Amino acid sequence: MNFEAIKSIYVFEMARLQRTLLQSVISPVITTSLYFIVFGTAIGSRIQTVEGVSYGSFITPGLIMLTLLTQCISNGSIGIYFPKFTGTIYEILSAPVAMTEIIIGYVGAAATKGLIIGAIILATASFFVEIRIAHPFMMVLFLVLTAITFSMFGFIIGIWAKNFEQLNIIPMLVVPPLTFLGGSFYSINMLPPFWQTVSHFNPVLYLVSGFRWSFYEIADVNPMISLGMIGLFLVICLSILGWIFKTGYRLRN
Amino acid sequence: MASVVSIDKLTKTYENGFQALKGIDLEIEEGEILALLGPNGAGKTTLISIICGLVNPSTGKVLVGGHDVIRDFRQTRSQIGLVPQELTTDMFETVWNTVNFSRGVYGKKPNPALVESILKELSLWSKKDSMLRELSGGMKRRVMIAKALAHEPKILFLDEPTAGVDVNLRREMWQLVEKLRANGVTIILTTHYIEEAEEIADRVGVINGGKLLLIEEKAALMKKLGRKQLRLELSEPLKALPESLSAYNLTLSDDGTALVHEYQGEEGQGTIASLLSTLAAQDIHFRDLSTRQSSLEDIFVALVGQKVGEDA
Repeated sequence: MNFEAIKSIYVFEMARLQRTLLQSVISPVITTSLYFIVFGTAIGSRIQTVEGVSYGSFITPGLIMLTLLTQCISNGSIGIYFPKFTGTIYEILSAPVAMTEIIIGYVGAAATKGLIIGAIILATASFFVEIRIAHPFMMVLFLVLTAITFSMFGFIIGIWAKNFEQLNIIPMLVVPPLTFLGGSFYSINMLPPFWQTVSHFNPVLYLVSGFRWSFYEIADVNPMISLGMIGLFLVICLSILGWIFKTGYRLRN
Repeated sequence: MASVVSIDKLTKTYENGFQALKGIDLEIEEGEILALLGPNGAGKTTLISIICGLVNPSTGKVLVGGHDVIRDFRQTRSQIGLVPQELTTDMFETVWNTVNFSRGVYGKKPNPALVESILKELSLWSKKDSMLRELSGGMKRRVMIAKALAHEPKILFLDEPTAGVDVNLRREMWQLVEKLRANGVTIILTTHYIEEAEEIADRVGVINGGKLLLIEEKAALMKKLGRKQLRLELSEPLKALPESLSAYNLTLSDDGTALVHEYQGEEGQGTIASLLSTLAAQDIHFRDLSTRQSSLEDIFVALVGQKVGEDA
């Protein structure tokens, strides 16, 4: 293992976070605060409670997931796409670094950033609503697994993307609808049966549901199934990455 | 001398079907400066990219210091420094950070004193806290070299190092190359500026159309392929070449005022003396004489042109 290289990539990527502090940290905080004001206060005043939890508290885990997914995907993808775009990737590809080390560096940094932002949002939320965490260990586990998985997913997108449009299409066009329809702002039990079934095909449902369970012990699906699904996504991402490294897809061709 | 890089039947066909390398065999000797000449698209960069691990070969084998570049990539790549053709830099990074990053990625423990000496050597020390996007093109080129040297490589690849570089930097670069060579670093540079190869290389290889056309000691190459020309400016124009001179490889200029004698390398020295005495005997006088030796450029053009012609 070339630990020096992993450290270098990780530190280098984290330094980018410092440079773009405003964009990376402040903007998700403002966005989340807006969600709280609009959904929590305006709509929440009419809904009041969902399954015994106040609406504002109910949407908090979903909001954290929404930001975590978007941030991890975009950080993971930009981290590797940018060197590819500017050409500086030559250095990493010609260095004595194995692909696993490159991933640990980039994905580790992207996941760390996502987790920092997730923690900040959790702190922000506690200013607006009452937060109770029933299973702190499970909460952290859900958070960390999701951050790693979706940073990897972002990394894959970054390698696949040939231009900025492709780079943004998934975080901008696919993730938000899936999150909105995945029960971030409502319990799917509130939907007609047909749409409940459809929702089960949405991967984000499992993330939000499991994560919310670790807070309030209410869930749309069994938390163990949620955990299993996250594990499955992780394995899928790992397999795709394995294939990319074996073939040199869009990197060494 | 032992060969530090050995390339065996190397080919590369890109996904779009373009065959960039068509079977290259090459031994690069330890401590030498090898210049690879060739027109754009000849396959120089592909060859370097495969040795450095940037591109996967299609078939064939490359050993660096006895290690396979694919299987033992850690051993091979840690010995190699690469200065690529394109000026690619992280625009928002500082010089200091980017050079230290390079060292780290190559798995070397931080060594600020070494990085400092490299930056000073390349006249970059005063710019160490500048962001890369603030630097001029020449300065960026220096940064690229500093990055390539940060992990103390034994083999340095310079891909078109002087493209867009001014005279001063070019001179400094050659001084640096000499210094590195004195420290035992093997240097491989690609160029299509022939003067560069002529100035600095020990050996010259010519690549065209994905094939290595020749590889030779520079001096031997010049000797072997270098044509010499003796030009005599005549006092009185001649109407035609006299019969008595037909034994010599002579041509008369169109206006009849000059005789041009072409010969290969040193073999022609004896003939010149006899040519001159024949001329004197024939009462043909000349008012001036000049000789010129063909440069690597002439050799190169002749070689590439000829081979291209053969293919057609």
